[in-house]
Amino acid sequence: MNNNIFAVLSLHAELWLMMVILVVLLADLFMGSLRKCWLHPLVCVLMAAQVIINLTPDTRMLFGGMYINTPFMSIVKSVLSAGTLLVFLQSDRWLSRPDTHFKRGEFYVLTLCTLLGMFFMLTAGHFLLFYLGLELASIPMACIVALDKYRHDSAEAGAKFILSSMFSSAFLLYGLSFLYGSCGTLYMADVSGLLSDSAMAKFALALFIAGIAFKMSLVPFHLWTADVYQGAPTTVTAYLSVISKGAAAVALAGILYHVFGAYVSDWGYALSALVMLTITVGNLMALLQNDMKRFMAFSSISQAGYLLLGVMTNSPQGIASVVFYLIIYIVANIGVFSVIGALEEENGGNALQREDYRGLYRTNPRLAFFMTLCLFSLAGIPPFAGFFSKFFIFSAAAGAGWWITVFVALVNTVVSLYYYLMVVKAMYIETPDEGKSPLPAFRVGGTSRICMWLCFAGVCVLGLLSVIYEGLFHWATGFCAG
Amino acid sequence: MNILSLFVLIPLLMLLALWLARGVKGVRGVMVVGASALLALAVWLTFAYLQWRRGGAGEEMFLTDSLMWYAPLHICYAVGVDGISVVMLLLSAIIVFTGTFASWRLQPMTKEYFLWFTLLSLGVLGFFISTDLFTMFMFYEVALIPMYLLIGVWGSGRKEYAAMKLTLMLMGGSAFLLIGILGIYYGAGAETMNVLELAKAHIPAEVQHIFFPLVFLGFGVLGALFPFHTWSPDGHASAPTAVSMLHAGVLMKLGGYGCFRVAMYLMPEGAAMWGDVFLILTTISVVYGAFSAVVQTDLKYINAYSSVSHCGLVLFALLMMTRVSCTGAILQMLSHGLMTALFFALIGMIYGRTHTRDIRQLRGLMKIMPFLAVGYVVAGLANLGLPGLSGFVAEMTVFVGSFENADVFHRTCTIIATTSIVITAVYILRVVGRILYGTCTNEAHLKLTDATWDERVAVICLIAAVAGLGLAPWWVSDMINVSVDPIVSRVASLLTFNDGVSVVCSDLSRMMAEWAGCAGAML
Repeated sequence: MNNNIFAVLSLHAELWLMMVILVVLLADLFMGSLRKCWLHPLVCVLMAAQVIINLTPDTRMLFGGMYINTPFMSIVKSVLSAGTLLVFLQSDRWLSRPDTHFKRGEFYVLTLCTLLGMFFMLTAGHFLLFYLGLELASIPMACIVALDKYRHDSAEAGAKFILSSMFSSAFLLYGLSFLYGSCGTLYMADVSGLLSDSAMAKFALALFIAGIAFKMSLVPFHLWTADVYQGAPTTVTAYLSVISKGAAAVALAGILYHVFGAYVSDWGYALSALVMLTITVGNLMALLQNDMKRFMAFSSISQAGYLLLGVMTNSPQGIASVVFYLIIYIVANIGVFSVIGALEEENGGNALQREDYRGLYRTNPRLAFFMTLCLFSLAGIPPFAGFFSKFFIFSAAAGAGWWITVFVALVNTVVSLYYYLMVVKAMYIETPDEGKSPLPAFRVGGTSRICMWLCFAGVCVLGLLSVIYEGLFHWATGFCAG
Repeated sequence: MNILSLFVLIPLLMLLALWLARGVKGVRGVMVVGASALLALAVWLTFAYLQWRRGGAGEEMFLTDSLMWYAPLHICYAVGVDGISVVMLLLSAIIVFTGTFASWRLQPMTKEYFLWFTLLSLGVLGFFISTDLFTMFMFYEVALIPMYLLIGVWGSGRKEYAAMKLTLMLMGGSAFLLIGILGIYYGAGAETMNVLELAKAHIPAEVQHIFFPLVFLGFGVLGALFPFHTWSPDGHASAPTAVSMLHAGVLMKLGGYGCFRVAMYLMPEGAAMWGDVFLILTTISVVYGAFSAVVQTDLKYINAYSSVSHCGLVLFALLMMTRVSCTGAILQMLSHGLMTALFFALIGMIYGRTHTRDIRQLRGLMKIMPFLAVGYVVAGLANLGLPGLSGFVAEMTVFVGSFENADVFHRTCTIIATTSIVITAVYILRVVGRILYGTCTNEAHLKLTDATWDERVAVICLIAAVAGLGLAPWWVSDMINVSVDPIVSRVASLLTFNDGVSVVCSDLSRMMAEWAGCAGAML
C-alpha cells in the first residue's frame, strides 16, 4: 500500500471526471451566452477522452483499502462513460429548446456527478464508501429527473424519485448496521472472512439486497419506476434506465461474489425469486402500456431481471455476461430512447402514445428501421446483438444450475417479443386513425444523428465480434480470482 | 475459405446489393443473379457429393470446417454437409429461385420485401450448413423473424393476427429449443457445441429424458406437430405467395431436420423413451390435418392443412426410427417442399387474377388459364401420391419403412396414418374438379389471361423438380440413406420393440428397383 500523495493520481478515472465536472461548471458560469453552443461539443469530447482514459486497466488499492480498482472495474467504468456519452449525444435537441437551453450546464454537471457516484460504488472496498457513492449517484439524479420542473409530472417524478431513493437508502443503511454489528468491520475484504451463519448476518444481507433492488427497480421494489420514467425528460429516462441500473447491477454482482460468495445457497434462491417476479411482472405490465415512455419503463424493469439473472450465477462467466448484456442493453435502449426523444421534440415536446407511431415507416423509413433493429435487439432476435447477450446470460445461469429460472426467463422473452412487435406493427403495418396524419417526415440532425449511427453500428456488430465478450471473460476471471 | 460459407456469403452480398440497388429493375436484377448463383452452387454441391460417395469416401460429413468464435463457451462457426443437408440445400435454393420469380410483380415496397426475403433465405441456408448448435439456433431464429414483417406488411386477409400468432408460437418453440440446447451442452460436459463431437460424448440418460422432449417440441412446433400446428394454416393463408412457398417449402423442414439431426441424433435414449408419445401426436397430425383440409373452402387453407398432414408424416416417419422410414422422411421433406411450393405459387397466381381463393366462386379455370390449371393438376396429383411424381416415392418409403416395426402399436399407427392417402385424394380431387373443370359462370373471370413468362419460369422449374424426383428417386435416396444410417443406428440399437438392427435394415436396393419399375411403367 503506497500512501504518498502521488498515489492519489492513480484515481485517474475519478480525477478526470471531477475535472470534467469543474470545467463544465466553470465554462457554464463564465461563457457568454453566445458561446454556450460550444458547451455541448466540449462535454462530448471530454467524455470521449474519459472513455479512453478508463481503458487503461490497472489494479490499485488506496486509502487503506477503502478504494480498490481492478482492471475489470475500469472496463465497466469505461462502458458507463461511453453510455453517458451516448446519452449526451442524443440530448442536443432537448437541451436547445428555449425552456431548457439555459439549464444545460446544470444537466451535464448533475449527470456527471451521478456518474462519479457510480464509479465510487463500483470500486469501493468499504461499505461506507459504497454507500457514499450510492447517495452521490441518487441525489443529483432527483434534480435531473425534475429538470423540466415547470412540467407538473417532471416535478412529481423528482419528488417520487428522491423519496423512494431515501427509503431504499434507509434499508441499505439498516442492513449495513447489522453487518457491522455481526462483523465489527465494514471493510469488504474483512467482512467476507468474519461473516458467520447467524440470523443477523442473513438479515443484513436481505436488507442490503432490498436496498439495491430499489435502485435496480426490481419487482416488488419497482413501484416508483413507471411514474419517474414517464415524468422525467426523455434523455434523463434513457440515462436512468441503462446507466444507473447497470452500475447497480455490476456493483451488486461484485459484492455478492466477493463478500457474500460463501452464502450463495442463501441469496441464490432469493435472487431467483426476484428474477422470476421481475421479468414476469415487468413484461405483463408492459403489455398494458400505451404511453411509449411508460412502456419502456416496464420493458426496462424486465431487462433488469435478465441482468440479475447473470448476477445470481455467482461465477466469472455470469459476471462477464452481465457486463456484456449491459453494453448491448445500453446501445439498444439508448437507440430506442433517441428515437422516442427525437419524435417527441418533433411533436413539440409532448409525449407520444403508441398509436401516434402508426404509419411512421411511410414518413420516416430510416428512423422506423433503426427503431425496429433496436427493439429486435432488446427482444433478443439474431443477428442483432441482444440475441448474443441473452444467450450468454442464459448459458451462465444454466451452467450454475438455475434451470427453472432460465426457463421462466425464456418464456418471458416470447412475451416481451409480443410487445416489442406491437411497436413494430404500429410503425410498419397499421395506418393512422381517420382524420389523423402520421408524424411528418423530418431529418434528425446534430449529435443525435451521431448517437443513432453509433447505436445502429453497436446493435448490428457487437454480437458478432467475439473479442468483446472474450475480453470481458478474461477480466472477469481475473476480477473473481483476486 | 470453406465453400459452404458461400451459402451464407451470397445472401449477405445480396442484402448489401439490395440496399444499394436503385429502382425495381435493380432489385430484380440482384435477386435473379443471387438466386441463380445459389441454385448453381447447390446443384454443383449435389453432383460433387454424389461423386465423392461414388468414389468411396466414407466420412459422415464433407467439407467440414470449424472456426472458433466464442472460446469461453466453445461456440464455433462450424459447417459441414452430409446427404441430408445437401438435399435440403438444393431444395432451399430451388425455392428461393422460384420464389423470386413468383414475386416478380410484387407491389409496394419491393426493395424492403426482397430484403426481408433474402434475410429469411440466409437463415434457412445457414441452418442447413451449420453443425454447431449455437450457430444452428442463431440461423433458425434469423429465419423466423422476417416472417413477421413479410406476412404483416405484404400479406392478405387477417394478416396482423396471423403474423403475430405465427411469430409468437415459433418463438415459444425456440424458447424450448434454447433450453434444450443448453441442456445438451451442459449434459455433455460443457466442452463443445459441435454436433459431431457431441454425438461422441455421452449424455447421461436421465439428462436426455428431460431435454429430448424440449428439443423435439421446439423443432416440432416448426414442423407443425399437433397440437402446436395452429400457426401454420393462418400463417400460410395470410402470407404473400413467395413467403408461403418458402415457409411451407423450406422453413417447416427446419423442424423435421432439427428433430432428426439434433434431438434424435444427440439424445437417442431420450428418443427411445419419448418416441411413442410423440408418435401418437404425429399420427393425429397426419390424419387430423387431412380431415381439416377436406372441409376448407379457401385454397390456401386447404393447402396449409395438407401441409400439416404431410409435415406430420415427416415427423411420423422419423419417430418410426427404421432406416427406411427415416430415408422416407427426408424424401417426404424434399417432395413436400417442392410440391407445396408449386401449389402455393399456383394459388398465388390464380389469386392475383381472380382476387378470390374461395373454391365456391371459381369454376372452369382450365379453359381460361390452361397453363396454370395444368400445373395445378400436376401439383394435385403429386400431392395425392401418383406414381411417377415425387409424392408417391416419399409416401411409399415412409409407409413401408414404418410397417417394418413388427409390434402392434407401431403397426396400428401406421395403418391409421395410411388412411391419410385416401383423404388426401378426396380433398385434392374435389378442388381440382370444382375449380378447374365445368363451365365458368363468372363474366369477369372469362377475360383473365394465362401465366406470364416469369410465372412460367417458376412453375416449370418446380414441375421439373417434382417429376424428376418422382421418376428418378434413386440418386436422392442414395444420398440420403448413407447419411441416415449413423443417426438411425444410434437410436435403433436402444429400441426394444423390434429385433434390433436385423429388422431395421431392410433391403433398400430391392425397393429402389421396384420404383424404377414403376417409373418405367409410367413412361
